[in-house]
Amino acid sequence: MIEIEHLSKFFDETCVVDDVSMTIPGGALAVIVGTSGSGKTTLLRMINRLVEPSSGRILIDGKDISAIPPHELRRQIGYAIQGHGLFPHRTVGQNIATVPHLLGWDAAKVSARVEELLDLFQLDAAEFRDRYPSQLSGGQQQRVGVARALAAAPKLLLMDEPFGALDPIIRARAQEDLRQIQQRLGTTIVLVTHDMNEAIHLGDRIAVMDRAKLLQYDTPQEIVIRPATEFVGELLGSGERPFRLLSLQPLRPYIEPGEAPGAALDVDASLRDALEEALWSGRAAVPVRDGAGKTLGRVTLATAIRQAARPQ
Amino acid sequence: MTDNSTPLSSRHVIDRLGIVIFALAVAGLFCPFVLFRANRIVAGEARYALDALPGWPGYFLLAAVGTGAVLALLRLDSRLRLAVSFAALAILAVGLGWAVDSVTPAGDKISRTAPALGFWLELLAFGLLAADSVVRLGLKPLSRIALLIAVSVAIATILLSGIWSDLSVLREYANRADVFWREAATHIALALGSLVAAALVGLPLGIAIHPTKRLRAVVTGLLSAVQTIPSIALFGLLIAPLAWLAATVPAAAAIGIAGIGAAPAMLALFLYSLMPVVSNTLAGLDAVPPAANVAARGMGMTDAERLLQVQLPLAFPSILAAIRIVLVQNIGLATVAALIGGGGFGVFVFQGVGQTAMDLVLLGAVPTVALAFASAVILDAAVELVSVKGRT
Repeated sequence: MIEIEHLSKFFDETCVVDDVSMTIPGGALAVIVGTSGSGKTTLLRMINRLVEPSSGRILIDGKDISAIPPHELRRQIGYAIQGHGLFPHRTVGQNIATVPHLLGWDAAKVSARVEELLDLFQLDAAEFRDRYPSQLSGGQQQRVGVARALAAAPKLLLMDEPFGALDPIIRARAQEDLRQIQQRLGTTIVLVTHDMNEAIHLGDRIAVMDRAKLLQYDTPQEIVIRPATEFVGELLGSGERPFRLLSLQPLRPYIEPGEAPGAALDVDASLRDALEEALWSGRAAVPVRDGAGKTLGRVTLATAIRQAARPQ
Repeated sequence: MTDNSTPLSSRHVIDRLGIVIFALAVAGLFCPFVLFRANRIVAGEARYALDALPGWPGYFLLAAVGTGAVLALLRLDSRLRLAVSFAALAILAVGLGWAVDSVTPAGDKISRTAPALGFWLELLAFGLLAADSVVRLGLKPLSRIALLIAVSVAIATILLSGIWSDLSVLREYANRADVFWREAATHIALALGSLVAAALVGLPLGIAIHPTKRLRAVVTGLLSAVQTIPSIALFGLLIAPLAWLAATVPAAAAIGIAGIGAAPAMLALFLYSLMPVVSNTLAGLDAVPPAANVAARGMGMTDAERLLQVQLPLAFPSILAAIRIVLVQNIGLATVAALIGGGGFGVFVFQGVGQTAMDLVLLGAVPTVALAFASAVILDAAVELVSVKGRT
């Protein structure tokens, strides 16, 4: 659990982070979203003491981090950044082993861990371990960057626009991977982005920042349904709101018995997927099947439209 | 019909640089091959190849050089061109030895026979051909070093075989063999010593001033000002303060510091070397990707760990490039040290100039050039070797 209490940061006379308080529960994926210059990256960097706060404090699992020497604190916290920041003179394996080496793990343990992580990120160890970062594609570099951040199995992972440099298709895949890995490892993640789509897609909690202030800190549903300020609404895009709300609702509770023609949707899809599919194929209802291919029932267009309305 | 479809047009057969090589080599055939002087001082008499090498060796030499010139003119495989140049150079080397031998009266130790314009033109022509072929072959760093070793061994073999022992330069050498090797050691000590000192001071200095913009401007400004002082002036300027230091501080005098001699020479070379080392250290550190620096800090490296594990390894090719510049520069500059009694190959150069004895000038100049050339080849290869990693 991370408790941020009345945190402020001034650079000279300029206030970059203004009295921010928020609590991130253990195991959650919190997204800090905001425009450039909103103070989101500074807020993130205060969590691993790359930036020292002017006032206020941060507790991680109840311990004030100002009492821990910065380099020791950082070795316990994963850190992944935009443009991956891999060391160009070190191989993939050596890059991933950076923090384990700093912590003095023995060679066998480091080697096993590198293999485990490459495996986790679907990179063949024999093929990739001895390559240099420049020999990888953008998506592979990004995966190695996250693998490196997770190398010493940190309980907390900080990510600063980790997918910013990726093209849309690879980005979607990387986001999917991150969600799966987080569910598997139970790591607490704080991720900074300027992309509200990414925030809604990934976050359990979303913190919206503008001009040094925390405007709203809530679940994605609440942010979409009840934006705290006009600015949060603008960030969501007023025309997009019903679709964002649908994308947050899984299909399962809305499956009703009955037949429907055409291709079936997977049960893990969202109501937004069902709406899109029904509209595009001109059907009033779409069949739903489970992972094994068994048909569970159908979701109707009417249900999707009803659920797109703002709850009263 | 375009030019491309006529494979026999002159453009496709004739090598452009080959025209220059051909012209030099042919011109060389019409110039004297060696210069004979009855003693060191008198004016020489020119001897053409056919006079100096009576009978078949003379004709063979002319034929070989002519063939080489024609082959240089043609667009051939680079390996073949390299072989042609080496063959021509080897024939010239042996031919020179024989020519000197036959021109020098038997038992004569006073006369001096030196290569003349014809030989130098041929050397230039086929040296050019060799250099051009090596560049075109695009050899890997280690192959270039291997080639350098092979050429050095070949030259050493010629020198040790005695085939050139009557050559004027080597007669000068024979007269001062012990002095030659002492000055060689001094020369190398001056060049390498000042380089090591500059690296030991310049590297930490560059690292220290790197983060501070104003400090960088001041230090690099000062060092580039030093670079603009002409070398002779700097050697001279250092005489007064060092003489004063030696006179007032007995300990300084005890370790060999004096107004003239090796101390001011070493100090001047050191000052000239600082600028390249510092500026390349700064450039190397600047070239470290910002994301790598942030990531290193974010993962919990201390400043020292970041310097040693990330910044210096990434700056290393740039620093090594500075070492190359400094070493080659110092090997050349160390020649001037002889002017203030610092020793080195410059001793022969300045003696030779004073006595208008060109052979003596060559005795100092040729090893200097060879040393600088070899250092450049070796360090260029090293720079390439360390840069290749991770950038393919």
